[in-house]
Formats: sequence, structure tokens, C-alpha cells
Amino acid sequence: MATTVTLSFRDPRIELAHGAGGKATRRLIEGLFLPLLANPVLLELADAALLHVGESRLALTTDAFVVKPLRFPGGSIAELAVFGTVNDLAVAGARPLALSAAFILEAGIGSDLLQAEVEAMARAAAEAGVTVVTGDTKVVEHGSADGIYIATTGLGLVDPRVSLGAGQVRPGDQILVSGPVGDHGVTILLARGDLDLEADLESDTRPITPLVQAVIEAAAPGLRWMRDPTRGGVASALNELARDCGHGIVLFEEAIPIREAVRGACEILGLDPLHVASEGQFLAVVAPDYAEAALAALHATPGGEGAALIGEVRPEPARTVLALTAYGGSRVVDMLVGDPLPRIC
Amino acid sequence: MRYVDEFRDPKLIRALADEIARLADPGYHYRIMEVCGGHTHAIYRHGIKSLLPENIDLIHGPGCPVCVLPMGRVDDGLSLTQYPDVIFTAFGDMMRVPGTHGSPLEYKARGADVRVVYSPLDALKLAQENPDRHVVFFAIGFETTAPSTALTIMRAKALGIRNFSVFCNHVLIVPAIRAILDSPDMRLDAFIGPGHVSTVIGCRPYLFIARNYRKPIVISGFEPVDLLQSMVMILRQLAEGRAEVENQYSRVVPWDGNQAALRAMADVFELRPYFEWRGLGFISQSALKISEACAEWDAERRFEIPGVRVTDPKAAQCGEVLKGVLKPHQCKLFGRECTPEHPIGALMVSSEGACAAYYDYIHRAAAVAD
Repeated sequence: MATTVTLSFRDPRIELAHGAGGKATRRLIEGLFLPLLANPVLLELADAALLHVGESRLALTTDAFVVKPLRFPGGSIAELAVFGTVNDLAVAGARPLALSAAFILEAGIGSDLLQAEVEAMARAAAEAGVTVVTGDTKVVEHGSADGIYIATTGLGLVDPRVSLGAGQVRPGDQILVSGPVGDHGVTILLARGDLDLEADLESDTRPITPLVQAVIEAAAPGLRWMRDPTRGGVASALNELARDCGHGIVLFEEAIPIREAVRGACEILGLDPLHVASEGQFLAVVAPDYAEAALAALHATPGGEGAALIGEVRPEPARTVLALTAYGGSRVVDMLVGDPLPRIC
Repeated sequence: MRYVDEFRDPKLIRALADEIARLADPGYHYRIMEVCGGHTHAIYRHGIKSLLPENIDLIHGPGCPVCVLPMGRVDDGLSLTQYPDVIFTAFGDMMRVPGTHGSPLEYKARGADVRVVYSPLDALKLAQENPDRHVVFFAIGFETTAPSTALTIMRAKALGIRNFSVFCNHVLIVPAIRAILDSPDMRLDAFIGPGHVSTVIGCRPYLFIARNYRKPIVISGFEPVDLLQSMVMILRQLAEGRAEVENQYSRVVPWDGNQAALRAMADVFELRPYFEWRGLGFISQSALKISEACAEWDAERRFEIPGVRVTDPKAAQCGEVLKGVLKPHQCKLFGRECTPEHPIGALMVSSEGACAAYYDYIHRAAAVAD
């Protein structure tokens, strides 16, 4: 067919930043993938695609996991691969039905390492209440991959009571987070061992389905939008929301739950905790009348004790995330550019 | 966090902001330069600007080591990655700084062995762990980081580690401040003095600013309370017609500096006769090189360095911004060709760089205005 598609992606090479979840990733997706693969479902750019099948709405999502080190305090790549995909379904308002898993293995890795990861995957799937129903295995030459890569796809059934999307978000809506942010990103950074820093910290990787379920039960009619702040952290997730809904997002900086160890490590490394990934938390935008009920429901659910109301949607500044400090200062919270790197000098 | 939260106390911050508003003469336009990139970063991060009266302008100075490094030095350093046995190491700050053919991060994506280190000692450890490779540490920074580079070279020497060398770009803060003061288009009222640098060099080196140029300078910490208290001290000096070196950051900065650190620097480094600064041009005796006695650990002696000189794009006005003559957004490239994602000048690269820090604040000023 002789249709011409205009591609706005002009970067000559793929750099690491294109995979970091920030602006470069967005440019790649919107400038290359979207125009070439364009269809109404993809254009929604949601964590999970919504498919209408008969009376039901199915959610379909896929995610590839490349993490170094493969095992880290509080989790491992296979757990991430299960929980990450289950969580993408959860923030679409869906309960997971089934997962697929594709393994790309580097020739030469120990079979015990692989076994440990498959065992971890089985445990994680059981915890998340889902089964891995199909899969694939490929082995590449030694040096062509970094140990184990895993891609998982998840299929879920969307709760009929919810209708989510940036388009539903209105000024006055409240922004909730399910618990302290940044644990995973800082844990991984420290576990790489390059920094000679130690902290009593574990990845927060876990299925968020029970917490999301609690919010749906308590506040379904007022629930507008959810997102798990993985790559790029809270800052990138909310910047995407601000852009997509056209309103301003105002955060109350002091209200954002961040563990002391995460704050301390970020302070030392010159990172903004709002740019650091979480793997077991989610953000929810809730209509003002339902915010209290949603927060109470989170607090009453095991693992949701640290939930907090951290901000609200305002008409201005449009398409911008602003953080207000306790003393009346304000700053623009931008999306992450590339991977977070420690600053020294 | 102890020792941090006390300096972010909302009550104290509001009281200081009120004091600043009281002290500032509404009929005068103040131009105060914060020399240090760490201050620039803190000012934006904590929204300090929004706590100050409109007629106090903060000018971002040359104290961001990444920003003042000419692109030619980046190219020279990265040229070492062509040797297959070389492991190129640098601070995270450096990784996105563009050279002619890309940043260290881009070199890494193309297959060069480029690694982030948190300290030069980590680079030395890497050399010990990889005896068949040669580890180059791309050293940047003012007197803040120079002592740790010096100590690392001393340790390499003591342990006889020969597969390690340093590509030295350490620069000195005082010649840069002097260059700005001597610049004909300079119009500044006072300085917020660098905090980290001063922990090493102390306060004495700044006396000429007060004595010869009659400008107040207050060495400041990095928390909101520190910065606002320093502003109060500056405004008091200006109101009383004083020009002195004052030390707000005395909990960390000793008046005479850190003698052990200064000795280590003297043992390992010597002054370069001149060094090129991005935006400021060549400044005499403004940078350090590795001394003859430590020549074996000097990458510039061990390797053939191309000695590239790259002129900044004509339209880029990094120099004017560095000297405080132009605000970042007044540069022709700001926010158009030059953005944090596609930096043309280094001021747009580092989160401490004036332009990157300004980008969001001003770029969306219209949106934020109300």
C-alpha cells in the first residue's frame, strides 16, 4: 500500500535514554511506533489495552524485563516480571486472568540460576492469584544478552464498575498514592554495588491488586485514573497525566510518603525521589467526594497503611506538575530525561 | 533526616523570607550571583526564587564543573575509549555531557566500556580488579573533588598500581570569580559564596572580592534556611554599606579551610599556565594538572591526546549566561535548539547548569504565573 506515514522520530541511533521511561521514550513511541502501528486502541497509550469482547472488557498488557542485578534485596527479575504485568492490569481496573512468559537466556548461565527464577515466578504468580498459561524460550550467544531477559503478557477482566482514563480527570480531583515511593529504584541502584553505599532497604515489588480492589470497592464511581509509577517515577507518571488531561497537577511535597533511607540515598546521590521507580505502588486520581473513602479503604487493607493524599488537580498551571513546599515555595516537577544518574560535584 | 530537616523548617523559612522582604529596598534592582552549581540546583529544587521579592535577581554563576568544561576536553577524554583495553570512568554528572560525537553515555550505548563511579577510589579499585585493563578516571570538579583525585593518585603510587591514570580537568573557583568581576559587562551587587568548595579552601581566598571589588560575599549552605539566611546577611551588608566575607556555613566550612586536603592537592597537582573555560575563554592559572612526580598516573602523558578545540555554536550565548549578562531564556537557542534532552551548551546538561535549572521555571512561566 502506498500510504505515507509521517514519522517525527529523527534520533539517528537508539540510546539508553530511549528505554528509560522519560521524554526520549515518549518521543520514540509517539514518533515511530504510534504512526506506523496506528489504531484506536494503541493510540490510547494506556498501561493496558482495552478490548471489548461481547459484554466484557478485557485488558491486555505486555512488558519486557531487563534488570541488573537479576536478584536484589526484596525480589528478583522473575518476580518483577509477574508483578509488573499484573500491576499494569490492576491500574487498568482489571483482575488478572492469565499470563504468558517469554525467556531470553544468555548461553552459559547456570541452570540453577534459571531454576531459581522459574521458582520465583511460580511463587509470585501464586501470590498474585494468576497462572502462567503459555510461554517461549530462546537462547542467544554468550555476550548477546545479560543473563536473563523476561517478557510477560497479561490478560485481565476489567471491573464493570470502573471507567478510567486521563479524559475523565477534572479539576478538584484528589491524587492518592498507595504507599512510600522510590524503594525499588534506590534498592536496585544500591544493589548494583557500584556506589559503595548501603541502606536497610528492600524493593517494594508486590502485586497491588488487593489495594486497587479496595479502592474500586470504596470509590468506583469516583475513580478516574490509575498508574503504577515504575520507570521515571511519580514525576513521569503525573507529567503524562498532566499532558493527557490538560490540567495542572499540584503536589503537596511534604505529604508524599518517602522512606528515610530513600530520602537519604537520594539526597546523597543528588536524585529526585519523584524520579525513582516503585514496583509495588500506584497513583490514583479520585473525585473529591470519594477521596476520603478511597484513602480509608487503602489504610484498611494490609500493605496500604502508608497510603496518602499527595495532591490535587487544578485548572492551572495547565499540562504541568507543580510541587508546593511546606513553606510556600513551588517548583515544576519535570519528567525524567534519561536514567537517573548520581551527581557528585 | 537529621541535619537536613532542621534546615527546611517552614516557620524559620517564612520568618527569613519576611526579613528579606523587609530589608530589600523596593526601589533597587538587586543582582546577586550564586557562584556554585549546587546552589543553583537547590534554589530551583526548593522553590527559593518564589520566596524572594521580585526585585532580587539571582544570577547563576560558573560553579558547575560540567558546564565550564569545553567540548574539546570531552572529546579528548572520550578519544581514550578507542583503546580496547581502556575502561573509561567518570562521575554520573559527566555521563550526559555532549562531545562532538556524543556523550559518554552514548559512547557506552555504542559499545565503549564506560562506567559511572561515585568516587575516584572506585575507579582505582576497578583497576585492581582488572589488572589486564587500563582504567582512566575522567576527573572534573573544583577544589571540592580535586582532593579526592589527589588522594587516589597518592594511593595508586603507594600501592604501585600502574594500570590506572587520571585525565585531569580540575579547575579553581577563585580565578573564575575574578574573571567575572573583571568582565566589562559585569553588574553584580554581591555573591552567595560556594559551600562545598569552601570546605576545602576556607574563606580567606575570597577576601579580595570584598577588599578590591567592594562586593559582599556570604559562604552559604545548601538548604532553604541556609540560602535565605545568606540572603539576609547579604542584604544587611548592602544596607549598611559593608563589603565583607561572611561565613553562614560555619557548621561545615572552617575559616582556614581543610589543610590536609590542600596539602594533598599541592603534592599531586601543579597549576596549568592557562586553561580554557567554556563561555569564559582562556583564564590564566585557573586549572590543575598532574605534577611531574606523578606523571605515570597522568592520562594526558600516557596517551596521545588529540588536543581538540571545538568552538561553541555561534548562536549559543553560554558565556554571557555564565557571566550573568544574559538570563538563560534570553539566549537565542534556549528552549528551541537547546533543551535538556538535546543540550547544545553544557549549561543545559547538568541539573546544576543555569539553563537546565531555568528551563522548566521560565519555559513554562506563562503557565505557572497564576
